[in-house]
Amino acid sequence: MPENGKKETVPEGAPDGLPGRKTLKAMNKERKKNMPKDKSLGRVLGYMFKNYRARFIIVVICIVITAVVSAMSSIVLQILISNYIQPALEGTGDLSGLPGFITVCAAIFLVGVAANATYNIIMARIGQGTLDIIRKDMFRKMQTLPISYFDTHQSGDIMSLYTNDVDTLRQLITQTVPQLINSGVMLLASVVIMIYYSLWLLLVVIAGVFVMLLAVRHIAGSSVRYFIVQQNTLGKVNGYIEESMHGQKVIKVFCHEKQAKADFDERNDALCDAATAANTYGNILMPVLGNIGNILYVLLAIIGSLMIVLGGVNVGFISLIDPNAGMISIIIGFLTIVRSFTQSIATVSQQINFIAQAGAGARRIFNMMDTPPEEDNGYVELVYANKAEDGTVTESDHYTGIWAWKHPHKAEGTVTYHELIGDIEMHDVDFAYVPGKTVLHDITLYAKPGQKVAFVGATGAGKTTITNLINRFYDIEDGKIRYDGININKIKKPDLRNSLGMVLQETNLFTGTIMENIRYGNLEATDEEVIAAAKLANAHDFIMRLPDGYNTMLESDGANLSQGQRQLISIARTACENAPVLILDEATSSIDTRTEALVQRGMDKLMEGRTVFVIAHRLSTVRNSDVIMVLDHGRIIERGTHEQLLEKKGTYYHLYTGAFELE
Amino acid sequence: MVKILSRSIREYKLPSILSPVFVAVEVFLEVLIPMICSDLINFLQGDTFGVHGFSLVGVSTGIQVSDLGDGLGYVFAYAGILIAMAALSLTFGILSGRACAKASAGFAKNLRKDLYYKIQDFSFGNIDTYSTSSLVTRLTTDVTNVQNAYMMIIRIAVRSPLMFIAALALAFTKSWFIALIYLGVAIVLVVLMALIPMRAMKIFHRVFKKYDNMNLRVQEDVRGARVVKAFVREDHEIEKFNRASDDIRDDFTKAETILALNSPIIYFAIYGIILTVCAFATVMIVDTDSAFVQATGSLQVGDLTALVQYATMILMSMIMLIMVFVMITMSVESGRRIVEVLTTESDLVSPENGRKEVATGDVEFDNVNFSYAGDVNKLALRNVNLKIKAGETVGILGGTGSSKSSLVQLIPRLYDTTTGSVKVGGVDVREYDLDALRSDVAMVLQKNVLFSGTIKENIRWGKPDATDEEIVAACKLAQADEFISSFPDGYDTYIEQGGTNVSGGQRQRLCIARALIANPKIIIFDDSTSAVDTKTDALIRKSMAESLPNATKIIIAQRVASVEEADKILVLDGGEIVAEGTHDELMRSSDIYRDIYNIQNKKEDDGNA
Repeated sequence: MPENGKKETVPEGAPDGLPGRKTLKAMNKERKKNMPKDKSLGRVLGYMFKNYRARFIIVVICIVITAVVSAMSSIVLQILISNYIQPALEGTGDLSGLPGFITVCAAIFLVGVAANATYNIIMARIGQGTLDIIRKDMFRKMQTLPISYFDTHQSGDIMSLYTNDVDTLRQLITQTVPQLINSGVMLLASVVIMIYYSLWLLLVVIAGVFVMLLAVRHIAGSSVRYFIVQQNTLGKVNGYIEESMHGQKVIKVFCHEKQAKADFDERNDALCDAATAANTYGNILMPVLGNIGNILYVLLAIIGSLMIVLGGVNVGFISLIDPNAGMISIIIGFLTIVRSFTQSIATVSQQINFIAQAGAGARRIFNMMDTPPEEDNGYVELVYANKAEDGTVTESDHYTGIWAWKHPHKAEGTVTYHELIGDIEMHDVDFAYVPGKTVLHDITLYAKPGQKVAFVGATGAGKTTITNLINRFYDIEDGKIRYDGININKIKKPDLRNSLGMVLQETNLFTGTIMENIRYGNLEATDEEVIAAAKLANAHDFIMRLPDGYNTMLESDGANLSQGQRQLISIARTACENAPVLILDEATSSIDTRTEALVQRGMDKLMEGRTVFVIAHRLSTVRNSDVIMVLDHGRIIERGTHEQLLEKKGTYYHLYTGAFELE
Repeated sequence: MVKILSRSIREYKLPSILSPVFVAVEVFLEVLIPMICSDLINFLQGDTFGVHGFSLVGVSTGIQVSDLGDGLGYVFAYAGILIAMAALSLTFGILSGRACAKASAGFAKNLRKDLYYKIQDFSFGNIDTYSTSSLVTRLTTDVTNVQNAYMMIIRIAVRSPLMFIAALALAFTKSWFIALIYLGVAIVLVVLMALIPMRAMKIFHRVFKKYDNMNLRVQEDVRGARVVKAFVREDHEIEKFNRASDDIRDDFTKAETILALNSPIIYFAIYGIILTVCAFATVMIVDTDSAFVQATGSLQVGDLTALVQYATMILMSMIMLIMVFVMITMSVESGRRIVEVLTTESDLVSPENGRKEVATGDVEFDNVNFSYAGDVNKLALRNVNLKIKAGETVGILGGTGSSKSSLVQLIPRLYDTTTGSVKVGGVDVREYDLDALRSDVAMVLQKNVLFSGTIKENIRWGKPDATDEEIVAACKLAQADEFISSFPDGYDTYIEQGGTNVSGGQRQRLCIARALIANPKIIIFDDSTSAVDTKTDALIRKSMAESLPNATKIIIAQRVASVEEADKILVLDGGEIVAEGTHDELMRSSDIYRDIYNIQNKKEDDGNA
């Protein structure tokens, strides 16, 4: 019976996780055509089975016990009437056995309650544990995704994977799964008991259930459909609200309130219609099922009565129990069991919405998790090194201030070491974010160790893109990039990035103290090293003026600091990393001029002795570069020192003098 | 709070009232059905003398038959009554479901509308007091919470107590003794079940904070993906996230373990009641002569079935009631936040019969002091006196926090001065109709926002009835025409939410075009060209000077170059105008100005060196 029970209890639309069920698999295949979410739900359940197999088996056993006991509770009345009340009334028996019977029942019920408590408590752990594992898996997986994933997905959408979508799974795992198993076993047990009582009456029940299923199909189907419509319109309304709240000040400046109200009303009314439809179906499901149950109940009472009144029906033929037990007790038993039977159907149908939601949530989650991770075929590593006087480089196990590339040669089985000097070359590099739309053409450049290379050009000219290629946020389409003579594709990505210090236009600090934020650059840095880095970046003074100094907590991206202060901390963070090569992408663009002068001094110190790539809007900040590249539509159109370029009187000259043109 | 929220029911009063009425009828029918069924069973069973009495709702009609074969008609009578009741109950169930859906969706609609309208009337000051995200939450999640609570209130919160009372009352008619047992168990159950969610709620409260913490981790990681990757801190981030996730798991497990006791307690109560009733009822049916039954009254078999059903109904309605109670308390916080917005009065209103015409682009600040909090000890602007003639170009320079934006925002009356007055066209801004004033004072905010829609639609914001030619002209002025034309869809290019599919510089130029199209008398640029390259920046200023000679132009900028040729340059520091004059004058008189200029134009140094 438990075997069969399990089959019944497989949640709708979720059976992929359970192997070896031919019929279901066949059904599944068909369903898969129009409902691809099946697989996602199966994977969610797979997480649960894989990590909590033993406990889940206990849960299933306990649920079966709970359901069977619950089904048994509905025949207590029948047994009581046929074994004690009727005989006593007819004078053929007495109540002497009653206390014993009650005690046995109580014992069985207690087992049921205990099983119920057990599975609920274990399920709370399994459910939360599974969600925890899924969340962590999601996050771990997300860390491996290429930067293009983050560039092409809105942060809000990614966030909602961890909140809304995981939430739908919570409902599925902790509520829907146990309830479906429970109701399934209940249904099965009820059917068995009904067969035992009376086949005729069972036929009536089956007819009733058929009607119920039709109703469920219609109502729940519509409910799910309208619910999806509602979610979509809600999404639109929420999107509109979000946009207009963000632009509220613009709305006011342009006196656009009236139009905004009208636009809002239009969307809001549509939402109201959709919500009314969705909730109507949601609200009437239970009364409809309950009352079909009532009608079924009434029909059974009537048919049963007729059987008694007419008396001609052979009770022995229709019932497996002792015909002498009396028709009344059978009817009464049947009536109670039908109640719990219809209740179970109602419970199952109520879960349909949750399954639909969880399916959608799981699909989005696995979409993210199935995104191909960032590839890394590199094998050259970055190691601490010692340099002997004769120039030979050997590996060291601790920080020495010198780094080397550890280059294993598979063919010969040897390992060579090159000192990291920060020599970067690009040869004929082409690149496209989207295949076919090349944004960088034939980029060739040389950055000698210790040189400062600047990129100048209009927004969209490809300045940032070049730096994205050096640290391999994106991979080049054609051409070659060499780092100290090594093709960067051969260098392990983490090691490559560790050798490059970056300061970005957007500061992106993390919740935590200032100390922790600067230490982000080098997790092993001591407090002294952190403070030294802050001093280098000219951040020390303002940090000391804060009430808690280096222990000041930064909240939501450092909202409690000014833009300039945030940027100083991010520069200190990169200083703390102490990488041999630096990439500074518009690092000072959002700071006012006088603060910038301060930052600039810090940056100048930071740049000393390192190979540096600088992107800047203000030409004044790149003037002292060793070489300036002027970019236009993805091509280097001019290159040279500031003086050379001015002499050339080309684009750079015009850019540089552009500001003074009107004088 | 309830009073303010209920103002939003309005046209949905009728369904809001009908819903509980229908529910009441439904409950009434639902409770009577077991009663009639028990009549039927009693009829079939007959009394100890073999007499079958036809009774309804436990009340004898006096009709009796001694042989069931003659009672077939009565069985059909029962059948008719029962089926009619079930059908009626079904009808009312559907009606109440629909009324309830209509009422709650409509209520939510009105609530959202009221909130949105209210926010539209907010002043800048009001907007500042709420964060954008908190306003969004109020309009979305909070309204949904209140909507769900409302649905509960007009349906389940009516249904459960009614069901409880009706079932208990009918149980009393069957047997006061057993009904008293029910009442006792129900009370014990309520106490237990109320304690559980209360304990769990405390933990849930804590969990929600931890949820925020986890969300923060994800948010920072996603937004800072470049930083994480550049520093190769993926493992560090995973560690932080795992800690946050574990925190949630641990607390949630605790809370859910407490909640897990709900179900066994309910079952325990149901089983207990069934057994108790069975034991007592059996005695009351069979042992009619005993002293116990003499005291409590006797029962029939049919009564037993009804009593058992009432037991389930009573307990279930209790459980529902507790659930509803928990859900409603959860939405109280949402309701409070909604009311907070609804009761906020805009601190800046358009005067009745305000002036509709702005005569000229003259601007005058007269002893202006300004504080965002209205607190004279925390002044953002101090003793500002300023006269700008129509058609002049005025540049404003100053470091971050020097209140440049605060100064210009007083001109279109986005904020009111704390003391002193701002005059436009010689008239105090407070005397103008707000719409009239703001359509003549165009402002490009520092935080530029484009809205989802085509470029054309976005530009039309400045002038709803603008022709295509006017749009192109404005875009040409803002040096935006060239890049717009290079888009495959040109002016019909769709701008994504937040304007993410155009670059920062392009976005700024579109915002400028949007402001210029209305041909305003005063144009204010609040650092509006920071992402535009110097050459384009200069071109914009040049074309404005040519095409809008009579408009007053006020330009806040970081670059000296952007304001150098202005008729007047103001240097702000710490909320005060510390220097005022032309470029040449300031180069001579203002240290700050000279400082900024020199840093930005090291070329001069080169010349000297």
